[in-house]
Amino acid sequence: MSSHTLTKVAAPEDAVPSRIVPRRRTGQWTAAGLVLILLGLAVNSVARNEAFQWDVVGDYFTSASVLRGLGLTLWLTGLVMALGFALGALLAAGRLSGNPVLRAVSWGYVWLFRSMPILVQLLFWFNIGALYPTLFGVKTVNLLGPVTVAIIGLTLHEAAYAAEVVRGGILSVDRGQIEAAEALGLSRWRRWWKIVLPQAMRSIVPPAGNMLIGTLKGTSIISVIAVQDLLYSVQLVYHRTYQVIPLLMVATLWYIIVTSVLSVGQYYVERHYGRGSERAR
Amino acid sequence: MSAPTTPAAGTGTATDGTADGPAAPMVDVRAVHKSFGSLEVLKGVDLEVRAGEVTVILGPSGSGKSTLLRTINHLEKVDQGWISVDGSLVGYRRSGDKLYELREREILKQRTRIGFVFQNFNLFPHLTVLDNIVEAPVSALKRSRKDVTEAARRLLDRVGLADKADAYPKQLSGGQQQRVAIARALALEPRLLLFDEPTSALDPELVGEVLDVIKDLAHQGTTMIVVTHEIGFAREVADTVVFMDDGRIVEQGAPGDVLDAPKHERTRAFLSKVL
Ligand SMILES: Nc1ncnc2c1ncn2[C@@H]1O[C@H](COP(=O)(O)OP(=O)(O)O)[C@@H](O)[C@H]1O
Ligand SMILES: [Mg+2]
Repeated sequence: MSSHTLTKVAAPEDAVPSRIVPRRRTGQWTAAGLVLILLGLAVNSVARNEAFQWDVVGDYFTSASVLRGLGLTLWLTGLVMALGFALGALLAAGRLSGNPVLRAVSWGYVWLFRSMPILVQLLFWFNIGALYPTLFGVKTVNLLGPVTVAIIGLTLHEAAYAAEVVRGGILSVDRGQIEAAEALGLSRWRRWWKIVLPQAMRSIVPPAGNMLIGTLKGTSIISVIAVQDLLYSVQLVYHRTYQVIPLLMVATLWYIIVTSVLSVGQYYVERHYGRGSERAR
Repeated sequence: MSAPTTPAAGTGTATDGTADGPAAPMVDVRAVHKSFGSLEVLKGVDLEVRAGEVTVILGPSGSGKSTLLRTINHLEKVDQGWISVDGSLVGYRRSGDKLYELREREILKQRTRIGFVFQNFNLFPHLTVLDNIVEAPVSALKRSRKDVTEAARRLLDRVGLADKADAYPKQLSGGQQQRVAIARALALEPRLLLFDEPTSALDPELVGEVLDVIKDLAHQGTTMIVVTHEIGFAREVADTVVFMDDGRIVEQGAPGDVLDAPKHERTRAFLSKVL
C-alpha cells in the first residue's frame, strides 16, 4: 500500500465516513459492452440472412409430422431415463453390495456398456435377428421393431452411466447417517428410502440433469434405424423439399426450448433436495 | 465360539429380573472379544451396569471404548463372549451351547430399546429437527405420528429447544444439535442410553449445556453408559467409573476410588494427562 492511499484513508479520528464508494470496474463494463455488440451483430446476421428462410421455419415449426416427432423424442427420453435410472440404481446397489458375484457382474456391465459406442449397440440390436432368428417362438424382427430396439439400446447405455452417478451419490452420504439410522432401528428399506437416497440425490441430480439433456438430444441417433423422432421427421421433410437449413433450425429450436424447460425444472429439483444444506439457503 | 453361561436361554426374551432377589444387571457384558482383521480391539471385557446407574468409561484414544459401546447395540458383532441388555442377549439367540445371530428385523427391534448418541451427532440434515425425532418412533415402533409429534415437542422442551422444531440441523449450534440427538434417542423410550464422547466435537463453551441435559437424565434414573473425557462430569454423575486401556478394563469402581486413588499405574498416567 502506498503512502498516498494511507493519507487519504486517514481521516480525522472522530469523523465516521458517510458512505462507501465501490471501486470503479471500467474493464468489466468495456468487456460486457463488446460482447453485447458482437452478440447483436451475430443475431442480426442470422435473422436477416435470407438463406435461413425463417418463413419456412415458421411453416414447419408446428406441423403435424414435426410435432409427432417431438412427441416421440419426449416420451422416448422420459422412458429411457426412467428405465435407465431404475436399472442403474440396481447396478449401483450391486456394486456396493457385500456379495462378490453381484459386485463383479455390476462392474462388468458398466465396463461393457460404457465401452460400446451407442451407435454400434443400436445397430447390433437392430440386427439381433441374425443371431437369434426367433425369440420366445416369435420371429425376432416382429418382436423387436425399431422403436423397441431404440428403447432397449438407449436404456442399456443409459443404465451404465446412471449406475455410476447413483453409486457416486450413495458414496457421498456420510457413513454416520446409516449408523444413526441403524441405531434407531430403522428398517433397511426405510434407511435407504428416507435417509440415504434423499441425501444422495443432492449429488445425483446435477449429473442426472446433464444426462437427461444429453439423452434428449442423444435420442436423435436413432434416426439411423429409421425411428421417426424429432430429427428424423425434419429429415423426411427436407429430403423431399431440399430446405435443409430451415428444417434443421426447426429441430434445433425445439431442442433448445425443451432443454430450457428442463434446466428450469432442474433448478427446482436441486433446490428441493438441497433443503437443510447451508449452500441452498 | 465360547459361550459362557448366558442369562436367558431359549428365545432370549426379557426374564423378570426385578422380582427374584438382587436385580439382574441392565447391561451384562461377558468375556467379549472383538478384532478388526488382525487387530484385537477388545481383549476380554466384562462389565455390569445396574438399572438406574450411570457408568462412565474413561481411557486413552484407541483403547476400544467406542467399539465396546457399539457392540452393546450390535453395531459391531462380537467375536467371542456375549452381551445382554435388560435380560435379552444382544444380536443372538441361544440354543443349547450355540449362539445364533438374530434376523435383522429382531436386531433392529432390540436397538429401539437402546438409545445411542454419537460424537458427531449424526442428525439427518435433510429433515427438520422435529422430523429427526419423529422418524424412528413412527417407522420403527409404528406409533401414530400425531402422538409421537406431541411427545417429540415435549422432549424438545425438555432439552430446551422447543422453538427449534422446524429448524434444520445445520441451522443449529453444535450443542443444540447434540441436544436434538439426545431427544431423538429418548423418543424411542429406551431402557438404556449409550453416549460416545457426546461433547468431544463441541466448542468448549457449548459442552456445559449438553452435560446438563445428560445430568438431568441421570438424576431421573436413566440407565446409561457414557464414554467421555470430562472428569468433572464423571465425578459428579457416575455411579461407576471404568478405566479402559488397550482393549481391557484395567480398573473400575466408585468415582472417588478410581479418580482419586487409582490402583493402577496406567490409570494414574492417564488421569495425570487429562486432569
Ligand atoms: N471399523 C473398524 N475397522 C478397523 N479398525 C477399527 C474399526 N473401528 C475401530 N478400529 C480400531 O480399533 C481401535 C479401537 O478403536 P475405538 O474403539 O474407536 O477406540 P476409542 O473409542 O477408545 O478411541 C483403534 O485402533 C481403531 O483404529
Ligand atoms: Mg471413540
